[in-house]
Amino acid sequence: MEFGIVELSRLQFALTAMYHFLFVPLTLGLSVIIAIMETVYVMTNRPVWRQMTKFWGTLFGINFALGVATGITMEFQFGMNWSYFSHYVGDIFGAPLALEGLMAFFLEATFVGLFFFGWDKLSKVGHLTVTWLVAIGSNFSALWILIANGWMQNPVGAEFNPMTMRMEMTDFYAVLFNDVAQAKFVHTVSAGYVTAAVFVLGVSAWYLLRDRHIELARRSITVAAAFGLASAFSVVLLGDESGYSATHSQKMKLAAMEGMWETEPAPASFTVFGFPDQAARETHYAIHVPYVMGLIGTRSLTAEIPGIAQLVEQAETRIESGLVAYDALMHIREQRDNSDPAETARFEAHSADLGFAFLLRKYVDDPREASPEQIAQAAEDTVPRVWPLFWAFRIMVALGFGFIATMIYFFYLASFKGMRFPRPALHLAVWMIPTPWIAAEMGWFVAEFGRQPWTVDGVLPTAMSVSALSMTEVALTLAGFIAFYTVLFIIEMGLMLKYIRKGPFQDVEETDAWVIRHHERLSGRSNADAIAMPAE
Amino acid sequence: MILHTLIDYDVLRVIWWGLLGVLLIGFALTDGFDLGVGALLPFVAKTDAERRVAINTVGPVWEGNQVWFILGGGAIFAAWPPLYAVSFSGFYLAMFVILAALIVRPVAFKFRSKRDDVRWRTGWDWALFASGAIPALLFGVAVGNVIQGVPFHFTDDLHTIYEGAWYAKFIGLLDPFSLLAGVVSLSMLVMHGGAWLTLKAEGHVRDRARALGSIAALVAIAGYALAGVWMAVGMEGYRIAGEYLTDGPSNPLHFEVERTASWLSAYAVRPWIAIAPVMGFLGCLLTFKGLRAGREVSTLLYSKMAILGVISSVGLTMFPFIMPSSSDPQSSLTVWNSSSSHLTLFIMLVSTVIFMPLILMYTAWVYKVLWGKVTEADVTDNHSVY
Repeated sequence: MEFGIVELSRLQFALTAMYHFLFVPLTLGLSVIIAIMETVYVMTNRPVWRQMTKFWGTLFGINFALGVATGITMEFQFGMNWSYFSHYVGDIFGAPLALEGLMAFFLEATFVGLFFFGWDKLSKVGHLTVTWLVAIGSNFSALWILIANGWMQNPVGAEFNPMTMRMEMTDFYAVLFNDVAQAKFVHTVSAGYVTAAVFVLGVSAWYLLRDRHIELARRSITVAAAFGLASAFSVVLLGDESGYSATHSQKMKLAAMEGMWETEPAPASFTVFGFPDQAARETHYAIHVPYVMGLIGTRSLTAEIPGIAQLVEQAETRIESGLVAYDALMHIREQRDNSDPAETARFEAHSADLGFAFLLRKYVDDPREASPEQIAQAAEDTVPRVWPLFWAFRIMVALGFGFIATMIYFFYLASFKGMRFPRPALHLAVWMIPTPWIAAEMGWFVAEFGRQPWTVDGVLPTAMSVSALSMTEVALTLAGFIAFYTVLFIIEMGLMLKYIRKGPFQDVEETDAWVIRHHERLSGRSNADAIAMPAE
Repeated sequence: MILHTLIDYDVLRVIWWGLLGVLLIGFALTDGFDLGVGALLPFVAKTDAERRVAINTVGPVWEGNQVWFILGGGAIFAAWPPLYAVSFSGFYLAMFVILAALIVRPVAFKFRSKRDDVRWRTGWDWALFASGAIPALLFGVAVGNVIQGVPFHFTDDLHTIYEGAWYAKFIGLLDPFSLLAGVVSLSMLVMHGGAWLTLKAEGHVRDRARALGSIAALVAIAGYALAGVWMAVGMEGYRIAGEYLTDGPSNPLHFEVERTASWLSAYAVRPWIAIAPVMGFLGCLLTFKGLRAGREVSTLLYSKMAILGVISSVGLTMFPFIMPSSSDPQSSLTVWNSSSSHLTLFIMLVSTVIFMPLILMYTAWVYKVLWGKVTEADVTDNHSVY
């Protein structure tokens, strides 16, 4: 593959997006965990819960700063590096981004300041409300971003306007309630919850292993395990839902993830393991489990899932159809209005395939002059690289089941074993801290790499979406991002570790005094305190 | 959906042109003083405690303020996609510099006071200075370029082509007029930051902020006047030629554009727009007097009036142009040819009408909770502050 402006821009987008997503999941999950902790504090009035809120809140704050900062890059980057994409689909894609600012990000960012600065300025319930608004704002942000991304995967509710040379919205409701977007939203948010749960669990386990901050750590584990258990189930179930919706909307991505070269008789088998070989169109050393793929993908025993070879044939047909649309479009555009009903009808009959004609732009300036070989090659281009998808998907799924198992185990220990955690289990929890990030990055990789060669599936090829920039410019900014992001990452990790090592440092005396009283009360030695502080 | 046709397409376009102005002005009014405080930081605050006071005057609110900018970007994307595509890719390296500043700033706020090391803190203080001053300057430079016209054209399928080699694209932005616009923008926001610090800080920080803020106000007045004279005598304007539709499809290539003697001919056609520059000059002048006299709330309000006047004067003078093209005037972006579709503009308007009042309400509530001066005792006693 030749390395040009398209590849360089893709590399930049992939790096900045995946870097941004190092911070987002923790923000999503930790905001909710903190809100839960503070709710317990307000309900029970026990200072240890306030201390927990503030301690995890400090780590949340360090993470949040970078999440916001790197998110701005994402918003800029569409216009900077993908200006034709911005022009072509901004009418639909821009709306959820603006709505994110309007409905979610304003809420989150306005109140996050009060979360840190408002402890002395607000009543307990007032502060709790602020914390929940931060959590709700963060999660709403994810909703709008995934509506935008879901539209790139399954572009519903829009059509091409020959007069403006772009896609325009026809049905906002369809864009909002796009089933791909909804499944993705819950899947992504749950992934964030799992990430935060594993993080809280791991850090708390580390304290228990060192016999530090026992009260804070045990309570944190209880919250993390319960919250993590629900989220881990949710992330896997909604992942399955995403797979199911991909069966309708993104057949090629699904076939590539599975390494399904040929259409199998229904219900198709699931390949657990193997080495996909793109050139030979074969998966070596494959281990199949019968029926499973058919059941996951179609939820039926009779429906077929098309394989890659069949989808390439379909793509070729759609390219031919797209060329008709392209030819009609050129005629309409010359007239500058829709005055010729015959051309308009011809265009509308084939406009759904216009994007497929654009695939030929890679080979010829005017797609209508493409040779049959070039058309065949363009159809072949609709197959993404299989092996990275195949493996990334399997790693993500394996980790997903791993999270369920871990959370069940810790939930069991916390609920029924009086929080007596065996040391190997605590060690495991510490070592697991990085894994949800790996799973989340793999998930994004599958979603975005699996959509190639399109930025908007079936509508706009990636190769056409880029800005007319020089290699130098993109290389400069890419180098800038790498240098800059590396420094920030080192600083961020350093601060995170510093504050984790330091442990809770706020409200220490009050909490310690309460812990002593609490233990005395539990062992029945002091009844005076219980009367003095009935709220406890 | 038929509902959206309740409001005519051209009316929606004008409303969204106004809302674009509202968002930019909202950004300048709120995040503007954050940038100004950043630019003033090393000069108004000498000791660590003083610097923490200055930082914590904006500490709890800068995050929300910055959303005006992010929302501005989102709204340009949603309501004016061609403008988003042309400006962000055209000003590529300048955008990267702004981006870098906007990334450093949140990080500097959060991380500065998390270590006691003097070098660590001084380093982040200069990062706050740069991430305040540079965007404040560059926003003005960008406006200066837009006023003169930017060298780009569209291909037949509306790909944007920006003229010139990459270094020329970047260095070319820094022409004398644009630099002057940058100085106006920087001095105006420094003045605004000075007014903010006068309200929120005490002692030395407040005194120095008053002194520097009033100097900035004078620079802003001089720069703004000079730019006006320049536009009157030394710069051509643009106008749409021939017949055109105000509610037609958003395609710049359907329009004819020609150069005029000066942008300021707009004041002959629409004399009422003179209110904007008058507000700009008067606002700066009253801020100057307020800072000298040490008045607090009224000074900040005058400073806001100045910003409102200066920014809206640019938009009103250029109307209906949003981003003219100097190399191919026909590609110029105007209110009538570079908006989103009728439906999208309508949906976005409904959302804005619902949510903008809510945002203003809760933002006002947050400012009310945080009302009052930030003192050195506040920053030394509280673990939660920056």
